[in-house]
Amino acid sequence: MSIAWYILRRLGVGLLLLVIASFFVFCLLYISPGSPEQVLLGGRPSTPEIIGTIRAKYNLDDPFLVQYGQWLLDAFRLDFGESIVTDQPVTTVLTDRAGPTLALALAGLVLTIVIAVPAGMYAAAKRNTSGDRMVSMLTLLGSSAPTFAVGVLLLYVFGVSLEWFPVFGNGTGFTGQLHHLVLPAIALAVTQIAYVTRQTRAAALRVYEQDYVTFARSRGLGRSLIWRRYALLNSSLPIVTATGLLLAYTLGGAVLVEVTFSREGVGSLMLQAVQSKDIPVVQGLVAFAAITVTLVNLGVDLVNLAIDPRLRKEVTG
Amino acid sequence: MSAIAGQDAIGGGTTARKRRRMPVSVLLAAIFAVLVVGLAIFGPLLAPHDPAAQSLQTGVIGPTSDHLLGTDHLGRDILSRVMAGARDAVIGPAIIAISATVISLVFGIIAGYRGGVVEAVVLRVGDLMYAVPAILVSIVVIGVLGGGYYLAVAVLVLLSVPADTRVVRAAVLSERHLPYIEAGQTLGLSRWRIMTVHILPNVMPTAVAIALLEFVYGLITLSSLSFLGLGAEAGSPEWGRMLADNRTLLAENPNAALAPALLIMATAAAVMLLGDWIYDRVSEESTTRD
Repeated sequence: MSIAWYILRRLGVGLLLLVIASFFVFCLLYISPGSPEQVLLGGRPSTPEIIGTIRAKYNLDDPFLVQYGQWLLDAFRLDFGESIVTDQPVTTVLTDRAGPTLALALAGLVLTIVIAVPAGMYAAAKRNTSGDRMVSMLTLLGSSAPTFAVGVLLLYVFGVSLEWFPVFGNGTGFTGQLHHLVLPAIALAVTQIAYVTRQTRAAALRVYEQDYVTFARSRGLGRSLIWRRYALLNSSLPIVTATGLLLAYTLGGAVLVEVTFSREGVGSLMLQAVQSKDIPVVQGLVAFAAITVTLVNLGVDLVNLAIDPRLRKEVTG
Repeated sequence: MSAIAGQDAIGGGTTARKRRRMPVSVLLAAIFAVLVVGLAIFGPLLAPHDPAAQSLQTGVIGPTSDHLLGTDHLGRDILSRVMAGARDAVIGPAIIAISATVISLVFGIIAGYRGGVVEAVVLRVGDLMYAVPAILVSIVVIGVLGGGYYLAVAVLVLLSVPADTRVVRAAVLSERHLPYIEAGQTLGLSRWRIMTVHILPNVMPTAVAIALLEFVYGLITLSSLSFLGLGAEAGSPEWGRMLADNRTLLAENPNAALAPALLIMATAAAVMLLGDWIYDRVSEESTTRD
């Protein structure tokens, strides 16, 4: 009962945040230079009939808040209108390009978890040794390296010079796509790895100072057992939270990575839409990003609830 | 962010002996940062060629004795362009760092010392902005508004102030109940005097750390926006823009793209290292004082 209530409340908060975000998303139409009808007209001929159709379709004759309400109702049905450039429904444009970006995000996430968690645990276990300082230095370099600069370096070394990996595009077929995914995924993951490594190290060090770890050590339990059973398990909460937070940044990173590697995806779509002032597509993309972030945050809370009995007790008790 | 750095400082357990010595990496970072600042001021004067001078007959060439880093597709000298570009690359991040720090000092000190409406607003806005990805928001807002370097600078200042204000507020809160502040209150000093003469100098170390870290994030985000064509205008030698323009030359003259890429990375890393080091020292001092 209480758990259900907790989830319901979190959903409510998420929904509230989404509504606030949606207001800003709607306003994009109005902050874009030119009147809304000019923006929505795009490159089409400016005849009175077409303008009339646009005014009617986007309710431009209604008061501002009524327009927003209409837009929000449509948005709830995932209807963001049509792209000004291709005339296709925004949802179609979006889903067509979602696959490659999803693959990129997943590959980046896998790389991040596989590298960052062991690296952070290692640094914490060997704290104040040269190994720890090496990891700390690398995380510092990683967190200050811009994604696109890392991407261009990777392109040069592994694409142009060594010719191990293709330098642009998405590739075809499963192996081809995978081959095309390697460098972009690494470029996307560098900053993420640095962030999660730092969080993991800090979390593991906090756990290591706990009495139960001291007790486990005094009982003579092996180092690896202590680190796996106590430190890793108890650090997993902040690690999951950090990983969730970084998913919120994935779309921004995907824009840079997809532009650097000339990939077709939601990220490069975002830049094209912004450049061609295709406001409905931009609105759809931002709404999609906001929904993703909200769902991920909810997911993080649920996962944390599932892995930590203390949290469950706090919620129910 | 602050919590992580603080944790690192505690976990690091640096001894007093170690604290006095500046690590070699930090020293190198400081030297490099000074070099970049020097380039930003004198770069256009020191450049061996006119950074904008085109020579279409020359076209793209690799390194020669005359063009140490070769030229781009318009025959412009790469070395001169990265030297001149330092100014464009660094000035925006510097403005972001200074304005974000000053604004968050004002709001942070008021929120931390006086509380009230300012504190409530600071906390709520901070909550809202917590999960907002700055790069995505800036791409959308700046792109929709039509782009431009100083528009990007302004948007980035707005996006960084909420988080920075919270950090300053936290620093003020830890000062607020220390005896020297209470003594000042007992003596009947005005709130203004306590905030400016007593609290401000004591949160300055935090402010310096914020400024350096904001510089790094400003450099990363601004150069990213310029790379996407939303920041510095076409033809500008700003490093991110230059990288975008010369990306296609990786096979013919890799230096044209690698030089700005490495300069951005090295500058960001150097300032990050300095900021991290200062932050560690600051949080150590505050823990030893307790």
